[in-house]
Amino acid sequence: MSGLAAQVGWVARRSIRRSLRQPAIVMPAIVFPLVLLAVNSGGLEAATKLPGFPTTSYLDFAIAVCFLQGALFATTTSGTELAHDIETGFLSRLSLTPLRPVAVLVGQVAGAVTIGVIGSTLYLVVGLIAGVRIEAGPGGVVVLAALILLICVGFAGIGAFMGLRTGSGEAVQGVFPLMFVLFFLSSINLPRDLIEVDWFRTIATWNPISYLVEALRSLIITGWDGTALWRGFAVAAAFVVIGFAAARSALLARMERT
Amino acid sequence: MSERSGIEAEGLVREFKGGIRAVDGIDLHVAPGEIYGFLGPNGAGKSTTVLMLTTLLPPTAGRATVGGFDVARQGGQVRRRIGAALQEAALDNFLTGREHMELQGGLHGLTAAERSERGGVLLERVGLTEAADRKVGGYSGGMKRRLDLALALIHRPAILFLDEPTTGLDPQSRSALWSEVARLAREDGVTVFLTTQYLEEADVLADRVGIIDRGQIVAEGTPAALKAEMGQATVEAEPADPDDVERTRSVLARFGEPAAAAKGCGVQLRGGPDQLAEIVRALDGEGIRIANLQLHAPSLDDVFLAKTGRSLEGAASEDEDAEPVPV
Repeated sequence: MSGLAAQVGWVARRSIRRSLRQPAIVMPAIVFPLVLLAVNSGGLEAATKLPGFPTTSYLDFAIAVCFLQGALFATTTSGTELAHDIETGFLSRLSLTPLRPVAVLVGQVAGAVTIGVIGSTLYLVVGLIAGVRIEAGPGGVVVLAALILLICVGFAGIGAFMGLRTGSGEAVQGVFPLMFVLFFLSSINLPRDLIEVDWFRTIATWNPISYLVEALRSLIITGWDGTALWRGFAVAAAFVVIGFAAARSALLARMERT
Repeated sequence: MSERSGIEAEGLVREFKGGIRAVDGIDLHVAPGEIYGFLGPNGAGKSTTVLMLTTLLPPTAGRATVGGFDVARQGGQVRRRIGAALQEAALDNFLTGREHMELQGGLHGLTAAERSERGGVLLERVGLTEAADRKVGGYSGGMKRRLDLALALIHRPAILFLDEPTTGLDPQSRSALWSEVARLAREDGVTVFLTTQYLEEADVLADRVGIIDRGQIVAEGTPAALKAEMGQATVEAEPADPDDVERTRSVLARFGEPAAAAKGCGVQLRGGPDQLAEIVRALDGEGIRIANLQLHAPSLDDVFLAKTGRSLEGAASEDEDAEPVPV
């Protein structure tokens, strides 16, 4: 096991180095959610006047979206990096070492998740400075961090699958707008019970992203909401299981060594 | 060096979708410590063979052992014994040369002390000590190839696979890489399986050469033996005065059988290329002034031409990109 852990460490270290040495990619991905947060919390503040809106601060309501966008960054990072390794032949180089395939997957995802978690920590710090209050208290911050981590891992697994399946960084980037559409067809901008258009509310109800954002939001706005939390953790865990199972299968096909 | 450091293959086949046979039943025997040159045009099946022998691609039929282990069933043991620099120097442009050595050494299970010592030695040997802490993205093609070679050697492999290691390199870098490969075989006893499309490379570097065309080995032997099969060297002489052609022909006739010549007259040397000096002296003795004198020794291209009916250069452009790339 220590051998596997060491291998994961080597791959993750390389993944983090690569990402941090590409500021042109990392910086927009980290700054963009903060800009969106500033614009939304300023421009949509009036939404808090809607009857039944769960908080008087749109900043409290909107910051959960940043965490999901950070996780989305982990998706594209792990996907494009793995696709890049396939395109350049680096995966073949790794395949010629005693490296176990699972170490490639876990290491690459660990690197992407690290970057996602760094971004999320930044969002949280900026949010707290800007006046966000975590209703669930310090314990809630710990649970919030755990859920963000789980979401990042799940999304990175999905990204890894896309990268391994397509072998093309461009293809992975091409999925990004679709993921964004999926985000906006959820309850990220408005609580589901305040969405008046039936088809939108139905899609948002079936959209798993809604349950992730509602779980994150519950810790910030409501306090301890068991239903929102178990749903959020269950959806995140499902992303992890599905993402990793699919990515593992795609990786074994890619590393078709004997 | 262990005796279990050779390469054997029997009836090795790799078929791709659509029934394309990139490798079509090749047999190989590479002795420990030997440099084996696998020569052929683009798309001949060289890289597919390397991918199979390095366990990255399962054979469709036939069997092969590398270092005494079956490539299809004992991939892990094979990989522990081999180093490989594949066709593209797959490096990470955002890592330094030293970081590459660290990563490769770490994945092979070397300790920190071993990684540092071995990495330093290899970087120095390939002339990259000064550039070791620069990102690889700033390296030249030759530097990348040399780093690729150093990475392949980090775990002291008994068998080294080099897939077209000098393609695209300038003559100086090519020469430096040849020297290092030759040193590895002669001093360290490493078995080297080298693919190339360069005649000169196979001629200079390889102990034995296998010529592959359209997935099949069409000739195999030492470069000297293969060329000897093509017959003796010929000399073409063109006298400065066209009236001296007959006299020139009679002088040349003393050294062998007449041979065709584009200009002047030619002879196939009975005693080999060493006779050239004698010919010059004989012509001078007869007072014949020579405008042009050429020695034409059989080349591996002549061997390729004889075996396939095409020249290697012509085949290269004809079969460009014909070799399927596994995805």
